[in-house]
Amino acid sequence: MNVLLDNLALFREGFLGTLWLTVVSALLAVVLGLVIAGFRVSPVPPLRIFGTLWVNVLRNTPLTLLFLVAFFVVPKVLFPGVNSFVLAVCACGFYTSSFVAEAVRSGINTVPMGQAEAARAIGMTFTQTMRIVVLPQATRTVVPPMSSIFIALTKNTAIAGAFDNVDLFNIQKTLSNDGYDIAVIFVWITLGYLIITYAINGLFRLLENRLEVAR
Amino acid sequence: MSASVLFDAPGPKARVRNLIYSVVGSIGLAALIAWVCYRLYDKGQFAGELWDIFNYAGIRQNIFDALLSTLKVFALAGVFSLAFAVVLCVARLSDHKPVRWVAVVFIDLFRSIPLLITIFALWVGIVGDMTPMWALVLGLTIYNGCVQAEVLRAGVNAVPKGQVEAAYALGLRKTQVTASVLFPQAVRSMLPSIISQLVVTLKDTSLGYIILYPELLYSARLIANNTPVGGVYPTVQTVIVFGAIYIGLCLILAWLAKFVEQRGRRSKAGIVPAQANEPKEVAAAGTPDPGAPGDAASKD
Repeated sequence: MNVLLDNLALFREGFLGTLWLTVVSALLAVVLGLVIAGFRVSPVPPLRIFGTLWVNVLRNTPLTLLFLVAFFVVPKVLFPGVNSFVLAVCACGFYTSSFVAEAVRSGINTVPMGQAEAARAIGMTFTQTMRIVVLPQATRTVVPPMSSIFIALTKNTAIAGAFDNVDLFNIQKTLSNDGYDIAVIFVWITLGYLIITYAINGLFRLLENRLEVAR
Repeated sequence: MSASVLFDAPGPKARVRNLIYSVVGSIGLAALIAWVCYRLYDKGQFAGELWDIFNYAGIRQNIFDALLSTLKVFALAGVFSLAFAVVLCVARLSDHKPVRWVAVVFIDLFRSIPLLITIFALWVGIVGDMTPMWALVLGLTIYNGCVQAEVLRAGVNAVPKGQVEAAYALGLRKTQVTASVLFPQAVRSMLPSIISQLVVTLKDTSLGYIILYPELLYSARLIANNTPVGGVYPTVQTVIVFGAIYIGLCLILAWLAKFVEQRGRRSKAGIVPAQANEPKEVAAAGTPDPGAPGDAASKD
């Protein structure tokens, strides 16, 4: 019996679940990460403190603990009745946002000081300096670490599967209950993850080539 | 570039504006915190009795045992993964093509597979029966071994060519060159990155929760579920306590990495240690090596 062909619908559901979770939490992570990185270099002390705290706490917490909070504390205390997908997106997105923020911040740090000084000298404000001069240049150095972060995110979404969110890892439970050989199941599931991670890798290669500028 | 270059020394208008932002920002944050606190209060999570559970000797013993089993897995996985990394790194840099290829494929494959799947597959018995502890240790060893091997390789590649040439000129054999010239310098320059990866290893021991290994997170769940106080389960309290333990452990290691890096910076001998990147997400699928000397921070 062929595990993949017999359960194509289930595999498709799992694959799309993983893909969807990855994409949505990546978007959340990028938006939040940019905001937090902005906080960390901003002239407003409370925001700077908040940014530093956010990054340090989330980066040093195991993702499994965040999932525990998301799935057992948040629905009980803060928002009753949120579905598991949103919770998984929050856990993955918040966790990854701290890594994105650090990548963006170190990208900002690689922009030569003279660029920001020049922008300031011609009278640009903080937001203008960031938007027009610093961030476009930082993008080039931020893209390579971003691909690592997204690939790591894809792999981390497997943990959501262990917390009853439907994804590639989650469907192994159903399949092994149906009596299929566990080794074969894992080969196909692994292949699903490899497809996504290699696709991200390829996409970012393309992006890097396009952004590459001779200096 | 320090943050201060990004904005002018504030004049009177900007100072007022920054003050307004500060106040608004603070009020916003305070409102958020207050709202969370209110919800917690509303659900009766602030009752003092809920914290009393941590006064019981039994609970304390539980936490201590869980901490020990987490540290045990971490120590075993740390040592094994470093030993495995040396083997993989030597294979990866071997002069024999087949050996090199096996190492490349192995490293690329296991860095791309989610660690949870490796651990779970080992646990359900793909390669024979395994206790949760050994499944966890073995899974962590394989994954982190692959990552550390790449870190070591970056270190070996950063050793100036003249060193190897000089060693060969002195008549050392290949093994001697690797063991007494390349690796000591690679380990020295990569120590901060290696410790940062150990932080990741420590965080990943929490995956033991999923395969029912009684480590910190698993015992947190047990305590939260088995000791209701007046009908309320102390989930928030246990999460705070166990979260603090994890963050404390990770920060100690991260601080160690920083310390090693700074100590290396001070001494002028040898090659400069790579930056300590603290816990860092590590990719797979043939992306550039993590923490190679001269990555992000030293460009430009």
